[in-house]
Amino acid sequence: MSHRLPTGGRRLTRSRRLNFTFDGKAREGVQGDTLASALMAGGQVLMGRSFKYHRPRGPVSAGHEEPNALVGIGQGSRFEPNQRATAAVLHEGMTAVSQNRFPTLENDIGAVNAKLSRFLPAGFYYKTFLWPASFWKSVYEPFIRQSAGLGRPPEGEDADRYEHFHFHCDVAVVGGGVAGIEAALNAAREGKRVLLMEQDRVWGGRTITDAGIDGIELGGQSPEAWVEDRIAELAAMENVTLRLNLQGSGVYDHGYLTAYEWVTDDRPGADAPRHRLWRIRTGLIVTATGAIERPLPFAGNDIPGVMLASAVRDYVCDYAVSPGKRVVVVTNNDDAYRTALALHGAGVEVPAVVDARPEVKGPLAARVRDAGIEILTASGIKALGGKKVSEVKVCDIDGDGTPTRTLRCAAVAMSGGWSPVPHLWSHCGGKLLWDEERAFFYPDPDRPPLGADGKGMVAAVGAAAGDLTLSESGVLGQVTLNEHAMRPVWIMPTGAGPELRSKMFLDYQNDVKVSDVQLAAREGFVSVEHAKRYTTLGMATDQGKLSNINGLAVLAGEVGSPIPQVGTTTFRPPYVPISMGAIAGEARGKIFQPLRRTPIHDWHEANGADWEPVGHWRRPYTYLKEGEDREAAVNREVKNARESLGLLDASTLGKIIVKGPDAGRFMDLLYTNMMSTLKVGRCRYGLMCSENGFLMDDGVVARLSDDTFLCHTTTGGADRIHAHMEEWLQTEWWDMKVYTSNVTEQWAQIAVVGPNARKTLEKLGGMDVSKEAMAFMDWADGQIAGIPARVFRISFSGELSFEVAVPANRGRELWEKLLSAGEEFGVTPYGTEGLHVLRAEKGFIMIGDESDGTVIPQDLNMQWAISKKKEDFIGKRGQERIHMTDPKRWTLVGLQTLDGGKLPDGAYAVAEGTNANGQRNTQGRVTSTYHSPTLGHGIAMGLVLNGPDRMGEVLEFPGTDGRVYKARIVDPVFYDKEGTKQDV
Amino acid sequence: MLILDCPYCGATCDETELTAGGEAHLTRHGPGSEDVDFETYLFMRENPKGPHFERWRHAAGCGKWFHAARHTVTMQVFGTYPAQTVEPPQEILDRISEAHPGWSWRSYGDRT
Repeated sequence: MSHRLPTGGRRLTRSRRLNFTFDGKAREGVQGDTLASALMAGGQVLMGRSFKYHRPRGPVSAGHEEPNALVGIGQGSRFEPNQRATAAVLHEGMTAVSQNRFPTLENDIGAVNAKLSRFLPAGFYYKTFLWPASFWKSVYEPFIRQSAGLGRPPEGEDADRYEHFHFHCDVAVVGGGVAGIEAALNAAREGKRVLLMEQDRVWGGRTITDAGIDGIELGGQSPEAWVEDRIAELAAMENVTLRLNLQGSGVYDHGYLTAYEWVTDDRPGADAPRHRLWRIRTGLIVTATGAIERPLPFAGNDIPGVMLASAVRDYVCDYAVSPGKRVVVVTNNDDAYRTALALHGAGVEVPAVVDARPEVKGPLAARVRDAGIEILTASGIKALGGKKVSEVKVCDIDGDGTPTRTLRCAAVAMSGGWSPVPHLWSHCGGKLLWDEERAFFYPDPDRPPLGADGKGMVAAVGAAAGDLTLSESGVLGQVTLNEHAMRPVWIMPTGAGPELRSKMFLDYQNDVKVSDVQLAAREGFVSVEHAKRYTTLGMATDQGKLSNINGLAVLAGEVGSPIPQVGTTTFRPPYVPISMGAIAGEARGKIFQPLRRTPIHDWHEANGADWEPVGHWRRPYTYLKEGEDREAAVNREVKNARESLGLLDASTLGKIIVKGPDAGRFMDLLYTNMMSTLKVGRCRYGLMCSENGFLMDDGVVARLSDDTFLCHTTTGGADRIHAHMEEWLQTEWWDMKVYTSNVTEQWAQIAVVGPNARKTLEKLGGMDVSKEAMAFMDWADGQIAGIPARVFRISFSGELSFEVAVPANRGRELWEKLLSAGEEFGVTPYGTEGLHVLRAEKGFIMIGDESDGTVIPQDLNMQWAISKKKEDFIGKRGQERIHMTDPKRWTLVGLQTLDGGKLPDGAYAVAEGTNANGQRNTQGRVTSTYHSPTLGHGIAMGLVLNGPDRMGEVLEFPGTDGRVYKARIVDPVFYDKEGTKQDV
Repeated sequence: MLILDCPYCGATCDETELTAGGEAHLTRHGPGSEDVDFETYLFMRENPKGPHFERWRHAAGCGKWFHAARHTVTMQVFGTYPAQTVEPPQEILDRISEAHPGWSWRSYGDRT
C-alpha cells in the first residue's frame, strides 16, 4: 500500500496539516502536498477511470504530463473538471472528485467496456456507426452522447476573474531548472531584459533530486545552494522578471509567446485573478523545458501502482510518499537506478531492478548492487493486479513472455528512457532530429523557427536540447555522469503475442494499446497523422506527452520504417489545457465587446426598448408598453407612423464625407449611379457594388458643395464602406485628390415620419420645411428648435418624412423637443422592426435581406440605379459576365399568401422534379416577410425564376413546420405605388 | 502573430492592429477587358511556399495600406513599402535574393 515515509519530503511542512475531501470522504494531507501525493500518503493510488474501457487508473507521473489522475476540483461555480491531481497543489478545504465512473470509483459499471475491449478495436466508431442511417438518431447518437465527454462542466457563471498580462522582453526563458537559470543569467548579465518562468512552485527542476542522489555538486555547491544563489542574483537585477507557477504555453510567429499562470488555485476566493494569460513579445524564446520519461510498454503497465521511475523518485524525495512497501524497478537505461537508490535510501524494499539490457555497467548499477538489490538483466515483465499492482512476472526480454520468476510488489517504477520536451520549439515549425543511441527526438539547432528578421527566435538548452546529463552546461565542472547506453524497448518482451500486446497501453487516457496501433498499420493507416486519428493515440487532454514516441515507434516497427521517417505528429499549443476564463481574460459580461450607444440610447432604455444588436450598436427593435407583446407593439408603431407621426433614432446610419477636387469622379466610380451630376442641395439614392458586381451597400447621398458629398450607408456598413473607399483611393486611384472621413458618430439623426411630420417641425421652428422651400430629396442647413441642424427630406417609409441631423451632443435634446411638440399628434417612436415593415410595404430593399453577397442590382429590378453612361464603376465589368446577364437569374417580386398569413422567412419555392440528391427542385426564395398592419395581411418579397413575368402565379413554399404555404406573385410595392404620400 | 513595420507612421505593428488584404501588385481590368484578364485580376492568385508580396492595412492605427514582402513558411519579413507603387522596391528584391537564391514570384525573382 502507498504510504507516507517517516522522513524526507523536501517540499513538505509536516506541521501544517490540511483537510480535504476526495469523493466526499474526509482526508488529510500536509502543506506542500499535491492532491496526488496527499492521496497516496493516505493509501489511495486509484484516482480515476480511463475514458474508453473505464480501467482503474492511478497517477503515472508527478507533474503536468499526467494522463491518468484527472479529477474535478472545487465546488459549484468554482468547479473545474479534468485537473491533474499530480500538479494540483493541495490547500485547506479542497474538494476533489474522481471522474468517468458510475456509481463509484471503486465499483464502476462502465468497466464492462474493458471486458468488451476485443469488440472495441481501433477505429471502432468508424467501423460501427455507419449503417443504417436511421439508427443515427435513435441508437448511435444517444449511445455516443452518453459515453462522450470527460468530467462534468461547472455549474453557473464562473465565480472567478481572469486577466491578460502583456509583457515585452529581449529573452524569455521557459523552465527554471539549472539550464534555464544559466540561460537567464547569461542573458541578464549582458544587460538584456529577461523573463524567467517556471511551471512548478520551486526553482531547480529535476537536478536537485537527481544530483542529490548522485551526490555531485554544481559549481562547488550543493544543488540547492547553487539554485538559491543564482535565483537571488537574478532577483536582484532590475532587468530580470522571475515567475513561478507560470508555464510556457504556446509559441507563435515573430517571438509571440503565451504563458499560463496559476495564481489563486491553491487559495480559492482570494482577491486576485485565478489565472493569468501572459501575452509576451520577445526577441528570443529559450526553451529549457527539460525532458519527460517514457513508460515501458509491458502488459499491465496501466494498473494503479505502475509509475514512471522519475515520478516514484519525486514522490519519495519531494513528498515523502512511497507508492508501496515493495517496489520493483523496470528499465532499459541507467536513470531508473536512481529511483532504486532513492527507494532504498528511504527504507522501501526494492525486490529487483529488471533491466532489458543484456549487461549493465557503470557507477549507478554498481551502487545498486552494493545496496544489495538484485539486478535481472535481459529481462522484461508483465504486471498483474486489479485496482493495484499485486505482483510482476519476470520474463526474457526477447522471448514470448513466458514467466521465469514472480516478484511480489505493490508498485512498479518503470523507465523507457527520456524524451526532450520539444513542444515550444516545434509550435512554429522548429525541426527535430532523431538520436538513434538515446532514442529520442531533439531540436535541430540548425533549423529553428525564424523570426521577422530571418534569424532563429527559439533556442533550446539543457535536457530540452537533448543534453540530458548537463554535459554541455558549465555547472558540472570536471564531473561527467557516466551512464551506460540504453536499449530502446518499444514492446516488452519483444516477442510478445497478441494476448500480451492487447494489454500494453501506449496512451493511457484514451486506452490505446500496442495492438491498436499495429491493427491501424495493418489496415493501412501507416502515416503517423492518420494512425493518430484512427486510434486516437495522443488525442486526449494530455496530448500524448507520454505516449507519442512509444506509439510512433510501434507504428514504425509495424510498417518497417525507421522511426525518424515515420516522424512525429504536429505539436500544437497550448502545452497543457488552459482555462477558458484565461483565454477570455477580462472580456466577459459587459466588457465582452465594446457597446456603441447613440446619443438617445438612455432614453430608449428608460422607455421600454426591446434591444436588437446591430453590429456593435444596440437599436430598439420596438418599444414595449405594459402588457404588450412584440407583435402588438410593432403594429402600433407602424400604424401610428402611417396615420400621424412616428420618430426613429437613425443615428446609427453611416455618414461618410467624401471631399476634394476629384470627389465627383470618385463618387461615380464608387456608386453604380451617376453621382457627379447631383446638384448641391439635392439627395440621390445610390447603390454600391463590389468589384465582383454584387450589391454591397445602399444609401442616400447628399451633395454638400461642389467638392463635397455626404454618403449615408447602412448601420452595419459604415466602417466597412469607409474602409472600401480608402482601399480604392489608396491602392488603385491614388492620383485622385479626395479625402474621406467617417463622421457617423459626430451626428445624431432623427427621422420624423408621418402625415404630421411637417407640422411638428414647424411647431419647433427655425427653418422653412414647406413643400416649396424643401422638395422631396432636398436637404438644407439651418436650425430646428434653436439647434443647428441639417434636414434631409428623404423617406424610407413612403410617408412624408424628414431626417434631421444635429451635432451628437444635441441629439437627446432634439428627441425630447420632438416628443413634446408631437404630443398632440400622438407621437410614437418606432424601432427597427417598424422600420422594416414600413419599408417592406413600400417594396424598398434592405441590404442583408434582399442582398446576400450573391445578388446584383439587376436581380432587384434596379437597372434604373445603374448608369449606362459611365465608362466605369466598381462592379461594372463584373456584371457583364455571362452568369450575371443570364435571364434565368432569380428576380425580385412581391409575394402574398392566399390565406393572408405570413410566409416563413427564408422559405424556398419548390418546382417540379427533384435534383441529383433527391431533393425537390427550387424556383425561388423568400427574402423578407412581415405581417403588414397597414394592409391587414402578410406581405413578402422574394427572388423568383422569371418572377416579374409570372404575376398572379401561385407558388408553394414548404415550411420547416411541415405545412406548405401558398403565395401569389405580386408587385413588390404593396402600398401607395404612386408615391403620393411622401410627396406632399 | 506577425509584426510588420508600417512604412507610413513608422509603428511596429502587431498583427492585431492590421488587416490583411491579399496579394499585392494586381493590375485592375475593368469594363471592356477580356474575360480571361478579368478572371486573372479577380480570382487567380499566387499561392507560394516562399517569398510573397501582400497588402496590409494599418487598420487600428494610421489607416494606411502598405505592402509587405514575407516568406510564407519561415515568416521572415524582407520589408514593407507604401502601396502607391506598381513594383516592389529593388532593395527588397535584393534582400530576398540574398536569403533565397533562385526564388521567383510572378515575373520577379532570380533568373539564372
